[in-house]
Amino acid sequence: MEAIAFYTFAILTTVMFLITVLTNHALYALSALAAGMIFISAFFFMLGADFLGAIQIIVYTGAVMALYAFGMMFFDTTRTVVESRTSPQIIFGLSGVAALTIVAIFVAPIISGNITALYPAIDGVGNSQMVGMVLFTKYLIPFEVAAIMLLVAMIAGIVLAGKKMDQSLTLMKDEVECETKEKENV
Amino acid sequence: MELYLYTALFAPIVGSLFAALFGMSKKNIIAGLVPSALLFVSWLASLKLLIYILGGGEEVHVELMTWMATGDLYVPYGFIVDQVSVTMMMVVTTVSTVVHVYSIGYMDHDKGFNRFFAWLSAFVFSMMVLVMSDNFLGLFIGWEGVGVCSWGLIGFWYHKETATWAANEAFIMNRIADLAMLIGIFLVYWNTGSIQYHEAFAAMPALDTSVLTAMGIFLFIGAMGKSAQFPLHTWLADAMEGPTPVSALIHAATMVTAGVYLVVRANPLYDLIPDVGLFIASLGAFVAMFAATMALVNRDMKRIIAYSTLSQLGYMFVAAGLGAYWVALFHLMAHAFFKALLFLGAGNVMHAMHDELDPFKMGDLKTSMKWTWIFMTLASVALAGIYPLAGFFSKDLILEVSFVEHHYILYTVLLLTAGLTAFYSFRLVALIFHGDDRHTENGVHPHEAYNFMLYAMLPLAILAVVAGMIFKTPYYEMVTQVLPAVEYHIHNHTTFWIMTIGTQLFVIASIVYAYKKYAKAVKVDKKVESGLLYQLLYNQYFIPQFYEEYFTKTYRELSEMMWKLDMKVVDATVDGVANVFHGTGKATHEMQNGNLSTMLRWMVIGTVVLLALAAAFTFGQSEGVVKMLSGLGAI
Amino acid sequence: MMEITLQHYLILSTVLFVIGLIGVMRRKNLLLLFFATEILLNAVNIAFAAISSYYGDMTGQMFAFFIIAIAASEVAVGLGLLVLWYKRTGKIDLDTMTSMKG
Repeated sequence: MEAIAFYTFAILTTVMFLITVLTNHALYALSALAAGMIFISAFFFMLGADFLGAIQIIVYTGAVMALYAFGMMFFDTTRTVVESRTSPQIIFGLSGVAALTIVAIFVAPIISGNITALYPAIDGVGNSQMVGMVLFTKYLIPFEVAAIMLLVAMIAGIVLAGKKMDQSLTLMKDEVECETKEKENV
Repeated sequence: MELYLYTALFAPIVGSLFAALFGMSKKNIIAGLVPSALLFVSWLASLKLLIYILGGGEEVHVELMTWMATGDLYVPYGFIVDQVSVTMMMVVTTVSTVVHVYSIGYMDHDKGFNRFFAWLSAFVFSMMVLVMSDNFLGLFIGWEGVGVCSWGLIGFWYHKETATWAANEAFIMNRIADLAMLIGIFLVYWNTGSIQYHEAFAAMPALDTSVLTAMGIFLFIGAMGKSAQFPLHTWLADAMEGPTPVSALIHAATMVTAGVYLVVRANPLYDLIPDVGLFIASLGAFVAMFAATMALVNRDMKRIIAYSTLSQLGYMFVAAGLGAYWVALFHLMAHAFFKALLFLGAGNVMHAMHDELDPFKMGDLKTSMKWTWIFMTLASVALAGIYPLAGFFSKDLILEVSFVEHHYILYTVLLLTAGLTAFYSFRLVALIFHGDDRHTENGVHPHEAYNFMLYAMLPLAILAVVAGMIFKTPYYEMVTQVLPAVEYHIHNHTTFWIMTIGTQLFVIASIVYAYKKYAKAVKVDKKVESGLLYQLLYNQYFIPQFYEEYFTKTYRELSEMMWKLDMKVVDATVDGVANVFHGTGKATHEMQNGNLSTMLRWMVIGTVVLLALAAAFTFGQSEGVVKMLSGLGAI
Repeated sequence: MMEITLQHYLILSTVLFVIGLIGVMRRKNLLLLFFATEILLNAVNIAFAAISSYYGDMTGQMFAFFIIAIAASEVAVGLGLLVLWYKRTGKIDLDTMTSMKG
């Protein structure tokens, strides 16, 4: 049962991400990425990390993807994305070498032998409760820092994207041009 | 007295620096007057010191400051004025003051007027350091200083290739000798533990003779270079490319006699090694004869005088080598006066003849240049050693020394040379001032030099006449306080008179013969000139050609080989390093094209490399792999 | 079917990571490049979650959380910059961004 689920989702995720990477349509890419994210959350549920799976769906599919979707509203998404290609040999060669090396490291015998759990899961305690216990005791400061970071990122996003939101984007080629237009408007 | 010492020493360098301030600007008469005046001050200070020493004063010994103090080596900036150095100081300051004043006229139209005085005064300073230093190292500094100034002054007209060549020749020849001298100084320090004169000489009698011989020989090789003794003599004749006042001051009166001064200064050393002394005397006699023969046939006025200088230096070395140091120093002094006078006279002639140097193209100048004629004749008479001029007292004394010391071969050689000296001196005088007029056809109308130049020469003329007569006794009494006091008297009165009168007659006969042969119309004897002997002498025994052929060319070939080696190995290595960096920069600057995509690709490559390294270390550490590798014998 | 081990998850993670790498190298469009980076981060998350699960250690999951936080921040700032750049130049092609040319 587990094996069937694993292989199904593995194939689905891989295909989705491949579409994301290889397609020429921005909309396809976005949709495939969102689908891939959701399929990944399935692995989290399989691994017993229920909370993480929920977060994955909420944050990625809910927030990040929505953000991307809004971002894409600036551009013409129906148009095929034209990209100048670099030689695929280099790309796939490098990727293949990287993959082989990582896999080789992962299957090396010494990896699995000598690892002991730092914060072992306690039997009979649910995953969400467990996460809460560890996160708010051992990782409190990183958690707070991450919160501040998110805040900063939010402000930055608003400031960067939000400036001169009221002005025509297509006519706005240049900062200097904008300023002259502004003066004309006034 | 110390104030006078410092004045005498430092006045010339002040003058030099003052003139150097104007070095790059146009001719400024101040640049000539101030150094001359400062030299006169230096002369006055030297005179004061001389009077003090003559009056029986203690030697003046000062230490300005410590120069080096490392371990056992202690060298101060120490200066000493004793009987020997005060004599040298008087000679140097007198001649250089005269030459400075003279040069104001001589260099009148020269573009490098200011530069000339800067060099000339710097030379005088170096010479003063040389003679006043109380240790070998200070002497060496002065020694090198005069070498540098000599180089700058020989090559003064640097646009002339011959001048620069001669300057370099002089400099390089002196370097060869200076190396030996430096070795000599090292030997002195090594064996005596000091390079202060008095300490070093005090320690010498206890040393082994072979060590002392080595010291003496090496120091003498240094003296040979500076005093242009055979076989390092060729530079002196070529050095005549410099301005004539330079020849008068440096290459006749002062610098070239530094070698004699060194031997005189090191008399306690040479007294201990009479064999080396004899060698010095023999070489001196040989050079005296050798140079005189070359002067017989030369057709270049200044070169003739240069060879005569060489010959007289030979005389001085004979005296010094035989232990008659005071005689050597005395001849040095007398020679400085009349030889400088002779050179300055030659300078007047050169000016009048528009830099013509061949006396065969002159003739009959006595009418237009009366005073120069008188001065040069006086100087030549003094050089020839006719009573009662300076040369008689000093040169005949050397003859007597060699006779009294029973070196009859030396005596014969020197006697013959005296005849040759008289002959070539008056050949020159006769060719220039007498005979038929050979210059008007070349469109030259000679005129006498400026009056003040002639007045400047006057003190030298007077000294050339009276130096021997008046100075001999007080000088003897003074210097023998520090130099070995040996009176050279031929005990048999008959022998003495026969010798003196015989020498005089021989010299006078030579003079008369020279006048007879050259004072009338000059007949060129083709047969003699094509003869082997004449050619040998005219080509300076083919020694310059020999040096050219065997040393210069060999060295050049070696240098070219080394140059190729340098280009192909050293330069290629350096260039290679540069090329590697340039090449890699060129090859990799595409990486920095600013394109994010390219950067990302490089980032991935970096990741892969790091991963590969991680993998390599992982497998390297895992036991299974270690076993496998050790089984294969790789580790 | 055989049992699913940690190795399976790790290899899956590697495969996804490499897909992300391909995207990073291949994409010239800035927005699609961001998608590729999201794939990279998610691939790593799988590895963390898997290790966390198989060793019974919560640390892996903690890191996965932080990675998600970082991903969210990155998207916010990155998209802000992207929009700004697009407003200025009208293009989001990487090949036109060469102002850092050395």
